[in-house]
Amino acid sequence: MGMEKMKVLMKGNEALAEAAIQAGCHHFFGYPITPQTELAAYMAKRMPKIGGVYLQAESEIAAVNMVLGASAAGIRAMTSSSSPGISLKAEGISYMAGSDLPALIINVQRGGPGLGGIQPGQADYYQATKATGHGDFHILVYAPSTVQEMVDLVSVAFDNADKYRMPAMILADGMLGQMMEPVELPAERKTAQIEKPWAASGHQNKREHNVVNSLYLKPEVLEEKVVERFKRYDEIKKNEQRAEEYLTDDAEVILVAYGASSRVARSAVNKARESGIKAGLLRPISLWPFPVEAVRKAADTAKNLLTVEMSMGQMVDDVRLAVEGKAPVHFYGRTGGMIPTPEAVTEEIIKITEGK
Amino acid sequence: MDGNANKITVICGHYGCGKTNLALNLALESAREKKTAIVDMDIVNPYFRTSEYGALLADAGIRLISPVTANTTLDTPVLPPELNSIFIPSGTNILIDAGGDDAGITALATVSDKLASTGYEMLYVINRYRILSQTPEEAAELLREIEGASRLKACGIVNNSHLGVETTFDTVEASLPFAEETAKLLNLPLLCNTIPDFAVGARTPKSDMKIVKRLVKFPWEDCS
Repeated sequence: MGMEKMKVLMKGNEALAEAAIQAGCHHFFGYPITPQTELAAYMAKRMPKIGGVYLQAESEIAAVNMVLGASAAGIRAMTSSSSPGISLKAEGISYMAGSDLPALIINVQRGGPGLGGIQPGQADYYQATKATGHGDFHILVYAPSTVQEMVDLVSVAFDNADKYRMPAMILADGMLGQMMEPVELPAERKTAQIEKPWAASGHQNKREHNVVNSLYLKPEVLEEKVVERFKRYDEIKKNEQRAEEYLTDDAEVILVAYGASSRVARSAVNKARESGIKAGLLRPISLWPFPVEAVRKAADTAKNLLTVEMSMGQMVDDVRLAVEGKAPVHFYGRTGGMIPTPEAVTEEIIKITEGK
Repeated sequence: MDGNANKITVICGHYGCGKTNLALNLALESAREKKTAIVDMDIVNPYFRTSEYGALLADAGIRLISPVTANTTLDTPVLPPELNSIFIPSGTNILIDAGGDDAGITALATVSDKLASTGYEMLYVINRYRILSQTPEEAAELLREIEGASRLKACGIVNNSHLGVETTFDTVEASLPFAEETAKLLNLPLLCNTIPDFAVGARTPKSDMKIVKRLVKFPWEDCS
């Protein structure tokens, strides 16, 4: 039975896992948490079959530090969790950023704060894009909105993490992780990943030994290190912004939404169009770097912007910063595990166009 | 058989193969003629489960037996206390929507003796497009695991091969050799091949095709 090019039905969590394997990641360190567990379970099934490593650590903190260790040795490694688990991994992520180490961290967000709930959420936007740990640093953050895009962004995240020597995150949510959609899997990559001359993988008496470290005893040296890193961040802001536009050309109201809420926003845009309202959708795909240029452009043409999130309003801050006051930025959100309905978002669009 | 006896049907299969959607379709169909109840026995996955369709089931007069923690944020594997009521003869068609894989159906083993003495039918749902159960060999092995964990035996296969909203007539047709091969390997009858109503289009469904509705949807899909 020919399996080549045949679409398959996958849960978002499974798709993230399989895509990582296809992207050459054969080292997974994790710890179970709903609604992400299928990812780890999938890895547990698949890794032994391909000679890879699946390790369920004793805690999230242990898992992220195993990723740090593997990455320091030049290995493509990843971990995954959901909101409360990501908070625990924050220390390791900061250490990796401070050691210029690439890695993939997946957050299948749920309701918070605290233990919160197990239904989907988007309230970790601030954490992902502003403060995934202590210190002056950023990580790459990608926000897929379909199972296919989850597959596609995994290799983008890995490659850019390697290229810029920094951690990357896929910021998904429980709905995307749990839902099933048809996907086309990429063929397994045979091409080598980029050289990692900095890796602490054994010098065999042929070179000076490499040190991977985030501790600096002299403040001058640490400042220089951080400033160098921020120059790299400037390059990333210039080159790596990603966004999708849907019916924005003539739109008077442009919705800004990512992940699962962008699916709802898209339905609402279609409903608004049916009743004669010129609505459009701008969907940030990279959350860091935030697609400032695309949002600014949207504010040039639209009379109003409406940010839709599964939170009390986090990304809306970045939208406002990008818009620079050129157009009013409205907000509609649900939180605690609730998903906005297309009807409620359509009502918001109507209210805004009627100037209420 | 006693006219007042219950007819119990267990729906099992790989998680994500479409058990819940099939169970809902069968329940709605059954409710048109007979008293019907549906049991949500999925205590391993808190998303996309029968218990979310309470309103739809209530409208059709179908009794929903679901774990007390269903639709809450409590991720606790607790069996529905009303489960034992399915063994009280009341002339009801009872559909049990089991959890996926061997892990999901293990809980049902607690009543396997009672099911055996009351009598039951277990349908094995397969989907050629579902990752990790795509070959007849994988599908056959999975049923052996499910039967082992549940201490129940399947009596027939339902080919529920689909690709979500992208399903077409050809999608279903291309899955028939897989379904037939799986049935042969397991030495079980292939009872029917499901096809979603929207996928029929202008084609004429074959006699062994069962038209089903897409009831398990995403929150952003039209709810009409």
